[in-house]
Amino acid sequence: MERPFAELDSLYREVVLDHYRSPRGREPIASPDVRHDGFNPVCGDEVHLALAMDDGAVRDVQLKCRGCAISVASASMLAEILPGKSREDVERLTEIFRRMIHGEAPPAGLDLGDLESLRGVAKFPVRVKCALLPWLTLREALKALSEGRESVDRPTTTEEEPQ
Amino acid sequence: MKAIDVSKVRADFPILRRQVHGKPLVYLDNAATTQKPRAVIDALAGYYERMNANVHRGVHTLADEATQSYEEARAKVARFIGGVDARGVVFTRNATEAINLVARAYVEPRLKPGDEILLTEMEHHANLVPWILVARRTGAVLRHIPLTDEGRLDLARLPELLTKRTRFVSVIHASNVLATINPVEMIAEAAHARGAKILIDIAQTAPHMPVDVKGMGADFVAFSAHKMLGPMGIGVLWGRPELLEATEPMLGGGEMIREVRLDSATWNEIPWKFEAGTPNVGDAIAFGAAIDYLESLGMEAVREHEIALNRYALQKLVGLPGISIHGPDEPAERTGLVSFADESIHPHDLATILDIFGVAVRAGHHCAQPLMRRLGVPATARASYYIYNDPADIDALAHALVEARNYFGTTVR
Repeated sequence: MERPFAELDSLYREVVLDHYRSPRGREPIASPDVRHDGFNPVCGDEVHLALAMDDGAVRDVQLKCRGCAISVASASMLAEILPGKSREDVERLTEIFRRMIHGEAPPAGLDLGDLESLRGVAKFPVRVKCALLPWLTLREALKALSEGRESVDRPTTTEEEPQ
Repeated sequence: MKAIDVSKVRADFPILRRQVHGKPLVYLDNAATTQKPRAVIDALAGYYERMNANVHRGVHTLADEATQSYEEARAKVARFIGGVDARGVVFTRNATEAINLVARAYVEPRLKPGDEILLTEMEHHANLVPWILVARRTGAVLRHIPLTDEGRLDLARLPELLTKRTRFVSVIHASNVLATINPVEMIAEAAHARGAKILIDIAQTAPHMPVDVKGMGADFVAFSAHKMLGPMGIGVLWGRPELLEATEPMLGGGEMIREVRLDSATWNEIPWKFEAGTPNVGDAIAFGAAIDYLESLGMEAVREHEIALNRYALQKLVGLPGISIHGPDEPAERTGLVSFADESIHPHDLATILDIFGVAVRAGHHCAQPLMRRLGVPATARASYYIYNDPADIDALAHALVEARNYFGTTVR
């Protein structure tokens, strides 16, 4: 196999491509508590999120992403891991994920499941925003929810990454 | 006409010797910015090494030399765009600033609510947003010439879109996404017949073909040096001198005045009236060197070279499985770029994979979001070539595209 692929393989791991080809969590959900859209103005990628909560934890989520392999895979993995998570769990996970794709190792012993496969994004800094798009969209949706709103007045963009 | 000797040209561009991911750089992002020949880099460094001084009104030798070189650069620009009067050549930061200057200083004060500005659906944001700002402030209405499915302007719609309320028309000479070269002469004639003035955005054509701004019927044109071998940070507004004279300055300060009192001032002559503050002398001089370089090749030869590359690239890419091309089929109807889509790989992923092969293309909306919406795509991948590219670069692109497909699989999404 030609050498360039070795570098690509760290970004496009088999698990990532699998989520890209058959993304999870795209089906509509019953009675969502909040809806929110996010987009990446650099490349036009879009995320549409609907979230239903139950007793402070995620009951059901729909995450439809139209975009590149990295943003679609990230949305799919997020949708998969989200049900059952409390708001605090989500905040903690978001921060761990954000640090991981910036090159920081996740805490030892923590099982990130498929999300681990996006570690390679750290070596492709221009693709960090792709991976973050669904997460930033989710964060805004949860913020709206905690403020008693059912939607966010404007879409989240990847230009709003913290720090 | 002497054909371009690509290997000789390439030797003049130091950056083309570098490698990316262990592969020789194949630079195909020239519509975003071009690389700089040694002569331009030397002109810029040489200015700071030997001549740096503030221009105009200086009595000492350096100030005089800097002033002369700066004004010489202006004269080169005037000659390059069709032998116009250099008084019509205003140095700006870039094409965007030039368009904003016209929108703000010439057009806006002449608008009443309900007046119309005619643009097209294929504009770069640089020729959309300044007009959105003007329309917001004045209550003017923006109208747009739509596109045909082949990626040309639907000029059959022009008669109904040019109304008695149309005050100004602003159109891109060639699309930075579709490559379509627009028949601006005809649009200018129609605009003038309605009593409207016209700006032509030549940022994508001045670098690639002979331009004659008066011949095309423009009242104003805008373009940037960095897309034609010059440095970033310098661009040009050309306007018909009588229109510039009838325009109030946008920025006030030093350089642009004749006489200042505590509560009043009179303006300098054109073009200096529009160049408030210390101008970008070094970059203007280096831009002059870029024009010298292009003229030494001859713009006819530059154009011929690009038509040949267009022909080669279109043939090569159309033959690849899963690849489709945006814009007209005919190489001579296009400027030197090609936007394409792979049916199964998102442009962003494609650009990442091509980069691993050393092939630099752009993926995104190319500052033309309304056009992306019209095409029904979130983004495109775009390869844009210039004088130092040859068929081997297109081969490298095609090879990388095939490898991308092998790598990514061919699942149609």
